[in-house]
Amino acid sequence: MAAKSIISRPVYGTLGPQPGKHHLFIADAEGALAIRDMAGSAPAGFFDGAEIVFIPGSDGKHIAALEMLKPAQFHQAPSFASLLPRLRQTLANAHMGLRLYLAGTEGLIGQAMQVALEAGIDHTSIQTEHRGSLARRMQCVHCKGITENVTTQPATCAHCGLLLLVRDHYSRRIAAFQGVCINAEDRSEIPPMEEVFR
Amino acid sequence: MSIGTTKLDVVVSDVVPVNDLVTRFHFRRRDGELLPIFSGGAHVVVEMRDGERTRLNPYSLMGSPLDTREYTISVRRDDVGRGGSLFMHRHVRPGMEMVVSYPVNLFSLDLRARKHLMLAGGIGITPFMAQTAQLAAEGGNFELHYTCRTASLGTYADVLRERYGRRIRLYHDDREERIELDRLLSTQPLGTHLYVCGPAGMINWVRDRAASLGWPTETVHFEHFAAPQPGLPFDVTLAVSAKTIRVDEQQSLLEAIEAAGVDPPYLCRGGVCGQCETNVISSDGRFIHNDHWLSEEEHRSGKKIMPCVSRFEGRSLVLER
Repeated sequence: MAAKSIISRPVYGTLGPQPGKHHLFIADAEGALAIRDMAGSAPAGFFDGAEIVFIPGSDGKHIAALEMLKPAQFHQAPSFASLLPRLRQTLANAHMGLRLYLAGTEGLIGQAMQVALEAGIDHTSIQTEHRGSLARRMQCVHCKGITENVTTQPATCAHCGLLLLVRDHYSRRIAAFQGVCINAEDRSEIPPMEEVFR
Repeated sequence: MSIGTTKLDVVVSDVVPVNDLVTRFHFRRRDGELLPIFSGGAHVVVEMRDGERTRLNPYSLMGSPLDTREYTISVRRDDVGRGGSLFMHRHVRPGMEMVVSYPVNLFSLDLRARKHLMLAGGIGITPFMAQTAQLAAEGGNFELHYTCRTASLGTYADVLRERYGRRIRLYHDDREERIELDRLLSTQPLGTHLYVCGPAGMINWVRDRAASLGWPTETVHFEHFAAPQPGLPFDVTLAVSAKTIRVDEQQSLLEAIEAAGVDPPYLCRGGVCGQCETNVISSDGRFIHNDHWLSEEEHRSGKKIMPCVSRFEGRSLVLER
């Protein structure tokens, strides 16, 4: 569970069925379980107006659990990048009344929210629930490169190779945590690297 | 005392009858300087010195926020109200010196919106006059749906049509024209914000339908100045000031507190801003809550009251004031 530290560090809630007729779910891996758990409290017919977009984890689990909810549309994608064009298209054609639900890893929630913000949805209007990995998307403040699935503290920038302190400072606009050089004064100083974002 | 609202000494520069019910008043600063800047949706509280009595009524600024040489308000005459609008219509003349508060905006545009969908009922058109002027100047995307009783009572409908053409849609009650609300709310692009100003019934209808149709609450904005309702007189003890006062039939609790020389904070005097929220120390009787500020739970708790619009009936009421 993500804990609150500084104000920009996102905190996530528990998915809850919202009023309206159109519901778009985007989930990865164990995020599917958040949708399944929410379905228990959803009114009858709720999934008749729902679309679920799912990126299975490496174990390939939970697809059947989602299909059992009988959403109006179920779409499976191998990665976030592969569903991006479809998501952009869906949001461009959507109307007010569409409710967005994001569940799963922080990287998935953050990137889907970034696309939603670009489409005009306010972040406070989006239901989120964190499930699964705490691995972070990180932007290096020095070279601006994004490193995916960062699990260690400090972490090495995949682009420029600097050793970065992974901060809780988060940007919704770029959907990433900030990484700042941890040994700028003396590059020979190498602090121990621990796996902290599992 | 009104928090953050320094007073402005103004002179009435023009009084213009608009139709059978509505008159427009123009104010300029007595020292000839520009008035403070404001944003569309802002209101001022106008002080009316009527003999011994001072009325403080909020009115939306309806001029363009780009022009601060004058403030303009439009006042709908209410023949059965508490007398503020009648005072404005009968006694306010060009050249008269008056005092208004600094502008306060409790109904501002959310400028992050991709589109602004505005719904006005009757005199609820006034804040939209300023908001449309502001948006039009910035190339903003808006659409205004305006319901009025008859064409002749469609205050500023002609002005709006001339300025903005097809962005303005009119509905006349006498021609049985009704907003197709569900269709309207179901066909708005993502990122639209909804604004509604008009009678309480209209605001409740629009808020209800928007919520049912999945509009997030943060995208629905409304403004309704509840005029204080008259009621039975009642006695109140102000514990902090150690005073016991009587609230007359036509007086609001806030006005009675002020008349006793106690100055609680206020901004809107219409039950929406929350400034005058007052703790109840003890009570024996029934609250008549008329505000849009406190939650239903708070209303039921009997621990808080908004003295600008709410009343009390019963044996005793002690306030932390």
